[in-house]
Amino acid sequence: MLRGLRDGVVTTRWPAKPDLYADDWRGPARPATSPAGRTSPDDLTDLCPTGAITVTDGTVRVDQGRCILCGRCVAERPGVFAWSQGATGPAALTREQLIIPELPETGAAIQAARARLAERTRALHRSVHVRHVDAGSDGSEEWEIQALLGPVYDIHRLGVFITASPRHADVLLVTGAGSRGMSGPLRTTYDGMPDPKVVIATGTDAVSGGLLRDGDQTTGGVGATVPVDIFLAGSPPSPFGILNALLIAVGYLNPDGKRSR
Amino acid sequence: MTGVTPQAATATVSPTVAGLWDSVTEATARGHRFAGLMAARQEEGILLSAHLAEPGGIGTREALVPSGTTTYPSLTPRLSAALWYEREISDLFGLTPEGHPRLEPLLRPHALPPQILGPGLFTIPHGPVRSGVMESIEYLVETPGEDIPHLSMRLYYKHRGIEDRMRGASIADGVLLAERTEGVASVAHALAFCHAVERLGGGEIPRRAALIRVLHAELERLIAHLDVTVRLADAAGLAVATARFGSSKEHLARLVSRMCGSRFGRGVVVPGGVTATPALSGEDLLAAISRLDRTVNSDARLLMGTASFLDRLRGTGPLQPDRAREHGALGPIGKAAGFADDNRLARPYDAYRDLAVPAARSHAAGDAMARLRVRWEEVESSFGLLRLAAGELAERSGDQLRVRCEPADGRALGWAEAPQGEVLYDLSLAGGQIARCHPRSASFHNLVLMHEVFAGDILTDFPFIEASFGLSVAGVAL
Repeated sequence: MLRGLRDGVVTTRWPAKPDLYADDWRGPARPATSPAGRTSPDDLTDLCPTGAITVTDGTVRVDQGRCILCGRCVAERPGVFAWSQGATGPAALTREQLIIPELPETGAAIQAARARLAERTRALHRSVHVRHVDAGSDGSEEWEIQALLGPVYDIHRLGVFITASPRHADVLLVTGAGSRGMSGPLRTTYDGMPDPKVVIATGTDAVSGGLLRDGDQTTGGVGATVPVDIFLAGSPPSPFGILNALLIAVGYLNPDGKRSR
Repeated sequence: MTGVTPQAATATVSPTVAGLWDSVTEATARGHRFAGLMAARQEEGILLSAHLAEPGGIGTREALVPSGTTTYPSLTPRLSAALWYEREISDLFGLTPEGHPRLEPLLRPHALPPQILGPGLFTIPHGPVRSGVMESIEYLVETPGEDIPHLSMRLYYKHRGIEDRMRGASIADGVLLAERTEGVASVAHALAFCHAVERLGGGEIPRRAALIRVLHAELERLIAHLDVTVRLADAAGLAVATARFGSSKEHLARLVSRMCGSRFGRGVVVPGGVTATPALSGEDLLAAISRLDRTVNSDARLLMGTASFLDRLRGTGPLQPDRAREHGALGPIGKAAGFADDNRLARPYDAYRDLAVPAARSHAAGDAMARLRVRWEEVESSFGLLRLAAGELAERSGDQLRVRCEPADGRALGWAEAPQGEVLYDLSLAGGQIARCHPRSASFHNLVLMHEVFAGDILTDFPFIEASFGLSVAGVAL
């Protein structure tokens, strides 16, 4: 008991209060404000090992859902690419929303997705039970989810609980690139959950397959097996990122980081 | 200037597979450690390579299974450590080892006929979707109610095709794949991969880079060992210990991310050195290490004085010392059963060559308790190594971080001591690209030993045994 008192409160107060560690977090790469015009598009797109960079009509875009945070583009072309800041940034309601800067037709789709999600999550009353399924992760995402149960993040304070049974679960956290061996068990778990349910693709691997997206042994993200509601980038995403996605799932936060109600 | 010793690939080739097994079993009888069996497709057939760890290095012995032949005599009856290796080769290359005692698929889906051994036995499946947040694997526990006479494992759920993806990749992409092969041992995998590349490149990495590599490798070890402690404490229902060690683990992960931007030390190790110096002053780093050392140490003393906790570990999941030696059990699992072959000491690399890594104390019990004791000893020595490396690093601010590494085409092995034990990479380069790369994690080599440690243990011991192994499924089903 004295031991605990000596250290004071280690639990973060985020999202009610800002958290320095979350704010300083280095997220996926993004295009810098004004890309240099001298380079050929091929030079830029070839930089990325996962094909996250596209150049159309002189606009450089980064698909953060493919970014594995290797930093090659930022190191090689610091004028064109930069790191995004903040642990909670790259969570989105549509796959296209992770492409920065926004594609022209994305805005309306996001509005629609937000309305659909809000409709479903209203019934959850901000207290949810979460089931996790590993569909071929590298093991690091599991550690980051487990961290949420520790004293530093303590998700119980926000009414979020991990459950063993899919029958009790409202939210499905899926990690991994979508290994073929897990397609069946993942689908069975999803089907076993009662409605309404929310699926979070947790991490770049789950969103797009990451480095393994073209392999025979994966489905290139978990979206091929279950319908994804929230796309969370990061390789692996930080615990704050996962927490943020969970709070979006319960309707506590909007994807732009603002309190929803 | 330190790095790995340049070494040409010197493989001894036997004319027949049976001759290769003679040579392998003769070497293991002389005390060499069996470090793995791998296969590679070549024009003339499929090349089988057995890796044997000797004092000072790891040697390879080979034999060719010529094209048109689909069988070869199995090694497993003569060396049981080859059990999973031969199943893996059978899955990926279609070769049948004749005389293999249990040839089921390892990385391909399959129905498993439970080995019902007697009346009243039934099977409890654990997984692949586990209770709690865990990696996907299926344990089939066969039990009459309490004790566990037989355990089966099905691993294929997470097979991701890492080796396929490596083929044809650039060396730079190879490092990224290595880091994601077993995410909780990212640094060790990147090190093993880079050591193989550097052996072909012949370059020596700068001293400063060698020290930074050690810093990250030891932080990774600390975090992994604390993770095991958290899981053990959680299995025993010790809420305070779970929270305390969980908090220390989080603070270590944050220290790593303050140093390099990634909580898993990714993006630091590259062929020829490291990418960046820790983004933290030497003073701050040393202060953070001391603070964490004090906290972990005092919490560990309390935990190891908690009788209700120790009772769950003592005698639980014992690995027999002769089995550990015969199998070449790696890392803490081997050390706890009296078989210590730590690459940081036996085949040192980077700054381990001249930093004093304390030799493992001798243990013989081989149970979950001994495994935890080994981890505490490693935690203590890791903090010591961190202090030495961080102290020397602070005095060497001007040195280079990376030298050009232009590897020649060829084949080389690279190894590193992960928290779970030795990681071994068998790498072939052609035209500056990866022609073949087979990673072998300590998790793959060690997990098969789970079959053997349920002597007298009951169902409620299962979480303790699994946690005390401390392995990652991602490293098993590549």
